[in-house]
Amino acid sequence: MNKATLASALGSPSAFGQSQFAFMRGNAFEARVKADGGAELLRLVHERLDPEAPPPKGGAVPDLGASGPEGRTARTALALREATGTGGWTLLDHPLLALDVAGSPAFLEPDAVVVHPDGSWTVVEIKSFPMLDGSADAAKVGAAARQSAVYVLALEQVAAHVDPAPRVRHTVLLVCPKDFSNLPTASAVDVRKQRSVTRRQLERLTRIEEIADSLPEGTCFAPDLPPDRLTAAVESVPATYAPECLSACELAFHCRDRARAQDAVTSLGRSLRAELGGLTTVGSVLAAARGESGDPDDPAVAALRRAAALRSEALGGVAAPRAAAEAVPCP
Amino acid sequence: MSLISTLARLEAVETGRAQPVATVRHRHLTGRPLVCVPLTTAGEAGAPLGALVGTDRDAPRLLVVPQPRDRDLRFAFLAELADVVLPYIDSYAADVEAAERSETDPETGKRVKVEVELCADAPQLIVPSRAGIDFVRLLGRSMRFRRTAEQDPEAPHPAPPRVPLLGRWLTHYGERARVPGSALLLALTDVLSRHWATGQSSLEDQHLGALLAWIDPPEGESGAGAALRAELLRDGRGQLVCPPAGPATDPAFDNKLLAPAIERYDRARTALAAAEDGVEADDRLGELTAAEQHIRELVASRTRPTWDAVWQGLDLLRALPEGGHAADRWTRDRWSFTGHRDRVLAGEPPQPRRDDAVTAANKLATREREQARLEAQEALDDPLVMAGRRLAGEAFAGEVTDVVMAYGEGRRPVPRPLVTVRTDDRPQPAERARVYRSLGGRPQAAEFVGHEDDGALVVLRIVDKMGRGKEPEPGSLPEKGDRVCFTLFEHEQRGGAKLPDPEETPWTHGGPPGDGSPPPDAVTEEDVL
Repeated sequence: MNKATLASALGSPSAFGQSQFAFMRGNAFEARVKADGGAELLRLVHERLDPEAPPPKGGAVPDLGASGPEGRTARTALALREATGTGGWTLLDHPLLALDVAGSPAFLEPDAVVVHPDGSWTVVEIKSFPMLDGSADAAKVGAAARQSAVYVLALEQVAAHVDPAPRVRHTVLLVCPKDFSNLPTASAVDVRKQRSVTRRQLERLTRIEEIADSLPEGTCFAPDLPPDRLTAAVESVPATYAPECLSACELAFHCRDRARAQDAVTSLGRSLRAELGGLTTVGSVLAAARGESGDPDDPAVAALRRAAALRSEALGGVAAPRAAAEAVPCP
Repeated sequence: MSLISTLARLEAVETGRAQPVATVRHRHLTGRPLVCVPLTTAGEAGAPLGALVGTDRDAPRLLVVPQPRDRDLRFAFLAELADVVLPYIDSYAADVEAAERSETDPETGKRVKVEVELCADAPQLIVPSRAGIDFVRLLGRSMRFRRTAEQDPEAPHPAPPRVPLLGRWLTHYGERARVPGSALLLALTDVLSRHWATGQSSLEDQHLGALLAWIDPPEGESGAGAALRAELLRDGRGQLVCPPAGPATDPAFDNKLLAPAIERYDRARTALAAAEDGVEADDRLGELTAAEQHIRELVASRTRPTWDAVWQGLDLLRALPEGGHAADRWTRDRWSFTGHRDRVLAGEPPQPRRDDAVTAANKLATREREQARLEAQEALDDPLVMAGRRLAGEAFAGEVTDVVMAYGEGRRPVPRPLVTVRTDDRPQPAERARVYRSLGGRPQAAEFVGHEDDGALVVLRIVDKMGRGKEPEPGSLPEKGDRVCFTLFEHEQRGGAKLPDPEETPWTHGGPPGDGSPPPDAVTEEDVL
């Protein structure tokens, strides 16, 4: 299902898109890194991850072309198996891996996978953000590490079918342009933490069949349905919106509209929601703060009233007579 | 975020308008700030696409790089930027006042006062958003190690003369922006959200257009609706009506408008280079100029709305009275500016790629100290900020109900009066903990003695600022019925232990930094990246 099309059909189109400049730059850089049969890339892998191994002299670059994603996945698995016993360096350019996500297969395409002479496998991620004086934007590196961790998990599934199972390295190679040039430089990134987090999340994901079973009969997400029926269909799948969704999900604007319409406090931020105890709507929080509702013995309500009193006192308001009476006792 | 600002956000949701979270302006604004609205090229590191810069809201200077990947055009842009920014900086460098600073005398080792110059005011740079500050830092980094033809005749691709100097200044501003409370380089979204809470999340507050829509919605419209429009509304060509404040551009703009325009420019340039005679060249030059003009118009159309928004935001901020301590922090900014001016004049090399151990430790210590100073000063300047501290139990306000004269136990009787304050706040100071109140701008300390009446009364012993005599000086004590506010945090920050000079860095910390200027960056062979 294409969530971007669905979002547009719901009337809240997503704002995601990639600039063709970034796209071109990324492709040009990747081509440069992989030029000459991946000589530069293999050199970086050898230097950063496996300096003890014999230096690569023209590694093998097997052809991974096949028809259909299943064919390409099988071709990749075969190439990995063949390369593992050779005792040399092998570069797999854009292999295709399959990973089971909530019961349905997802196909993943890492930038490259390198097979070391000792038979271990390494994921290589090529990014076009710069590594300035040896350090790159932490947020972007974090995203790249999470992405690579998924590839590592998928590779481990392939490795499990090989006997003896080769080692999938938990340190990936991040290749970026050096400073302001287009010369590649690389850094080893340990993804053990991201890998275990992702694995746990994948294991805990509700299986798609279970979600489908819980939906009413006849629920359909076809973008050409009338908007009200489509909205009802999307509503039948529970979702909890938080502002972080905006940078990750195509449907975020739709969910935000719904959250705002429901007066949900979470639309202002997760941390804010955590402060307010059991009060989940804007109306109930404000009513509690003004003393119109809520249990005064509830610590969250008591704190809110105190905060409201202090705030109106500081603003010089008269909105909180109760507070004013307490603040200035009669002499 | 304190519960008080959370409440402000919720009130903003209810009323559809941003609510104040400050009653005074906590950042100094100069009379003539330099506003810069930069745009960058997606996917490239430090490849500016253009900028609107200037100090006059009606006459910004538009700088454009028609082909951002071309090194020469990029240098031309940076040289133009230097022509705008450096004269602005220089205009503040000459106007100085005399000041005193204590320095260690190298011969006697004693602290002595020396007369130094302090710039009477400092240039202030305003960018629309936090990403703009990062971009200033990135531009500074990309320029400061470049060599000009004069410095190094052998250097490949020499930079125009004043570009490395601009890089050093932008680096200094970018670094100073990391110091809490500093105002040399301000991101408008940060300053605005310091003073107003909107009915959206702090993530969405990063969008200048949406933020302004909440604070100052158009006549007859709610802030929420206006913010949504600013965020998402697209025109018939699929372009955002309120373009993002940058430096990143909207991908739809890149793909639909900018890419074809740059392609046309490239074609025109290739055609001009291939022209065989003068008449043909003239025609093709005309086409090249037209193509460049088109890109200029595109860049102007994306930056001008942000430019106007920045000035609107500055107007809103100027309407607030300046907080009492903002000028004090601005003086520190002036010292920072003067210090860098002196380093440039002394011919010191550009800031290194990585700080040495002593400089890094000093910077960290400064940031920690300034953070504490900022928090204390904002609370003292602004009852609304103080309310947050009172809610957190870090301060208390109330009425003096009793003042009892008492004396210290030493040989000479010194006044140590006991003051009882009735308060609703629930401070929990430790026994004999120090609390402070502001007395004519100076902190007066007291010791916590105990609670009475089930916590409603706080008994304090005043310990200083009462003069040298047996009787406290008039006005130095609160009187019965006075409203007072004591804080559990200190008002003024002490400097930490002094670190050695960088030249004396012990070997455990990497030893003294190497001397000489750092090498320039490696350059890409191709002229077009």
